[in-house]
Amino acid sequence: MSVRPAAGGWGAEGCTVRFTSARGVVTALSDISLAVPRGQVTAVVGGDGAGKTTLLRVLAGRVTPGSGRVSAPDAHDMGFMPSASGVWRELTVDENLEFVGRAYGVRGARLAARRRTLLERADLLDAADRLSGRLSGGMRQKLGFCLAMIHEPELLILDEPSTGVDPVSRVELWRMIAETAATGRAVVMSTTYLDEAERVASVLVLDGGYALYAGDPRNIGSAVPGCVVRGAAAVVAGQAAWRRGPETHAWFAAEVPAGSEGVADPDMEDAVIALTLAHDARAADPRAAT
Amino acid sequence: MSGEHPIIRVEHAVKKFGHFTAVDDVSLRVEAGQILGLLGANGAGKTTLIKLILGLEALDGGDVFVFDERPSRASRARLGYVPQGLGLYSDLTVRQNIDFVAGAFGVAEPPEAPEAIAAAGGRLVGDVGLGVQRRLAFYCALLHAPELLVLDEPTSGVDPLARARLWDTIHQQAETGAGVLVTTHYMQEAEQCDDLLLMSHGRKVAAGTEAEITAGTKVVEVSTPSWVAAFDALSAAGLPVTLAGRVVRVAGLERAQIDEVLAAASVPATVRDVPATLEEKMVLADRPESAP
Repeated sequence: MSVRPAAGGWGAEGCTVRFTSARGVVTALSDISLAVPRGQVTAVVGGDGAGKTTLLRVLAGRVTPGSGRVSAPDAHDMGFMPSASGVWRELTVDENLEFVGRAYGVRGARLAARRRTLLERADLLDAADRLSGRLSGGMRQKLGFCLAMIHEPELLILDEPSTGVDPVSRVELWRMIAETAATGRAVVMSTTYLDEAERVASVLVLDGGYALYAGDPRNIGSAVPGCVVRGAAAVVAGQAAWRRGPETHAWFAAEVPAGSEGVADPDMEDAVIALTLAHDARAADPRAAT
Repeated sequence: MSGEHPIIRVEHAVKKFGHFTAVDDVSLRVEAGQILGLLGANGAGKTTLIKLILGLEALDGGDVFVFDERPSRASRARLGYVPQGLGLYSDLTVRQNIDFVAGAFGVAEPPEAPEAIAAAGGRLVGDVGLGVQRRLAFYCALLHAPELLVLDEPTSGVDPLARARLWDTIHQQAETGAGVLVTTHYMQEAEQCDDLLLMSHGRKVAAGTEAEITAGTKVVEVSTPSWVAAFDALSAAGLPVTLAGRVVRVAGLERAQIDEVLAAASVPATVRDVPATLEEKMVLADRPESAP
């Protein structure tokens, strides 16, 4: 995987990060590359512990990788929204904007203009005087987004902006994220929701610090080695099988077994599960690596 | 599905907190072997409804029956519950958590724990990974072979393979005859449920299979190279606009209205009717002017 940071954007190349914990040395990221071009949304997908936050912190310059290169703008041209939203709960919505704005030198008429634009887009104008700790989860995440955008950064980094956010607020957040990219900024976000990953221009799927897939989410199905099947062979495939509602799907390292039907173009859900199984199989038996 | 003796029967349930009605005239049934998915925004009333079914909150109207009786300690002993926060004791070891739950339910010999859980037996729950914690919560909820499983956001933050494994477990329970009531924010999980119930502002706004719920909701898809301009024009007109990749979607309106807005903004576009998603149905249900 060698995605060079595009001329019109930023990114990380060949980054490896190891942490020492009570359980020994943990590899949080293993030779990870990610291009974050301007004008589009790039998503980093994976479950808890996949390495999403570490990668975003590497991009933001908050973690220095043991090896690899990072290209990012100066801190004042970067917006970072941490997974806990970065909102000061003891301050009101307005006080949050003023406080964070001041840290970036945004004040006076510019602050007033930014405040109006951002709160209007987030549908938070009516909540401007409310204590942030009293906002709903979705409103707080939208405020966190406004804070990260207060100084109109060139690169916007969002760590799980939509986790735990209800579907209605997710749509609103998504609209704000898409609009930001549409104005030519580079946006990178992490998510555990595959339906969000399906919407972006480019996706990086992480599992245990490894890249399972990088590229256009629409092409992930063709990156699955072997095949995904449904039908009789899937039902008896044991650990290689998973349920999709009434159906059972399974991954086979070789071709479609007799009596089963291949899933022609696996969707993101099937593809990520199959890529995880394929990766686990390679890790268990390195000689089988192809 | 409408058996004589559903596992859960909720009839016109009402729950108020002061002047706020958290659950407003909601009815539902969960039959043996059925997986019912409860969907809704934050504050829709899902968790309050679950607490009414568990007997943790008292009703202000209507009725709730679990195993044909009002919720009680006896009904609690026959159901397994995994709350949002997993409900484990983080300062006890994995083994002590299992012993505690087994003791509470009077299970002398709990089933053999999966290897990942057994291997962590002596460690404090707070020190083991979230993945193992979640599997432990499921194991504890199931060790007394409950006839009803109640799950509040069981898969939030879980990677796709681990999520598939949790759903395998849920399906196995349903196939052996247990009823399952599960809440989720994750619209793609709707396909794992037999039936769905959509809640908004305490009320039931739709119920049935995914196809039944989305049927009759109009969505117009707008494809254009100038998707940003289309998006801006439709948003400015106050329409419920969403984006799927670079395709703009508007739910709940006629094509003619969309054409009009796009024409006024001079945005050339291909406009066509497409099936609605559950998410769009939910956004429409949540708009104040669309009260049922």
